[in-house]
Amino acid sequence: MFRKVKNDLFSQFQQFIYFLGGLTNLTFQSIIWIFVPPYSRRRIFEQMHKAGVESLPLVSLIAFFIGVIMAFQISYLMIRFGSEMYIASIVALSIVRELGPVITALVVAGRVGAAITAELGSMQVTEQIDALETLAANPIKYLVVPRLVALAFVLPVLTLYADIVGIFGGWAICVLKLGISSRLYLNITFDSLLFKDLFTGLAKTIFFGMIIALVSCYEAFNVEGGAEGVGKATTRSVVTSFILIIMCDCFFTALFYFIFP
Amino acid sequence: MEDYIIELRNVYKSFNSQKVLRGCNLKVKRGSTLVVIGRSGCGKSVMLKHIIRLIRPDSGNVFVYGKDIWQLTRKEAQEFHKKINMVFQGGALFDSLTVGENVGFELIEHENMSGDALYERVEEALSLVGLSGIASLMPSELSGGMKKRVALARAICTRPEIILYDEPTTGMDPITADSINELIRGLHDKLKVTSIVVTHDMKSAYKIADRIAMLYQGQIIAEGTPQEIQNTEHPIVYQFINGLSEGPITETVEQFR
Repeated sequence: MFRKVKNDLFSQFQQFIYFLGGLTNLTFQSIIWIFVPPYSRRRIFEQMHKAGVESLPLVSLIAFFIGVIMAFQISYLMIRFGSEMYIASIVALSIVRELGPVITALVVAGRVGAAITAELGSMQVTEQIDALETLAANPIKYLVVPRLVALAFVLPVLTLYADIVGIFGGWAICVLKLGISSRLYLNITFDSLLFKDLFTGLAKTIFFGMIIALVSCYEAFNVEGGAEGVGKATTRSVVTSFILIIMCDCFFTALFYFIFP
Repeated sequence: MEDYIIELRNVYKSFNSQKVLRGCNLKVKRGSTLVVIGRSGCGKSVMLKHIIRLIRPDSGNVFVYGKDIWQLTRKEAQEFHKKINMVFQGGALFDSLTVGENVGFELIEHENMSGDALYERVEEALSLVGLSGIASLMPSELSGGMKKRVALARAICTRPEIILYDEPTTGMDPITADSINELIRGLHDKLKVTSIVVTHDMKSAYKIADRIAMLYQGQIIAEGTPQEIQNTEHPIVYQFINGLSEGPITETVEQFR
């Protein structure tokens, strides 16, 4: 019994190390291939459209509701203390610094990351990725680089958009339900937000975007065993992206806490 | 010293615990057509993928044009892949691109060809496999046999010097299969293309081969001209080419592992 648990843990740990090694390898190779000509702008724009423009409706919906929820939850506490004035600044800060970036990253990981793994995973099982290589087109250059560049660029933009929509959600509740004047709400919001809040919020999303692209491509390239394998890899890619995004977020929050006190 | 363009030296490869190639040795002369026969799952496709630099051997070397293909630089490897093409078993067409873009993939990517010049080359390749006029269709609209012929067109479109075929005629009606055999034969005669064809179809093997090799238990156990193979006294080869269930080959795939 004990030995079995020990062996299981050991093999899990081994797999994790193996995964990290593979992911690091893919990361370095992709970064090298970004700078190898020819550069295909068309493929990058295609991916930006898929990841960015097509995610707008979902990001809007979720960011708006998050803003509404935050406004309700915070007003519950603030009304008890008689300090409704702070609702606007707390909503704005929590959305811009934390909720906007993470929620956007998780939405994109679920929507775009899963799609990447499913698409490239099916290409892997039908030998299309092998075929690319035999046609002198490097799969990393052709498939990974456009997705990596597109997601690293698109995620900060989407996050900025989500921040605005989320603050609008908070505004809607405070103005329409709690009777705070619109001008006052916006004034407090803009007064409480500093440049470093926006910067720390957006800077980390570049890394979230890279995590989503690299994890989903890595899982796709390592698909084994047909349609079932593609399904498993897709689940794994979303779960792994979630975990790595939260870990990375924790790291950056701690880092910025000390850099920009 | 004869002019060998492809050479495998003592190649070993296993996947997990399954030993697929166990000291495989093979030489192919420039401009000749070699047919590799063997049972399903005996490692024929794995062997092809070694030659085209998709799988790295556990030990042993693969030489193409006299150079070890795993010693090539990135640039050389790209040049290497431009000279050698492969027809995959399932076609492996890119399903996000049209048939025309698939066939002209290398011309579009590496030679920046477009417009009429591209169209002409694509149509020429498609008409060679008897499928002209379908360039604008998507691969999902084609039947299995048609996909394979499009894959063949994609492989010959850039006029490579070496083409590897992984079961080019399986899944085709006999008439189309024969015309594909004619095509492979024609490429050999007219363009001096070096080919390696993996198949279990003995009829097409006799038709297209300059030499036939049999892969069994991860090794090449016999090699010769079609006549030599037909008149073989090797019991395993004899059983295989005559399709007998009784003979030295008795093991199932499970025992093979």
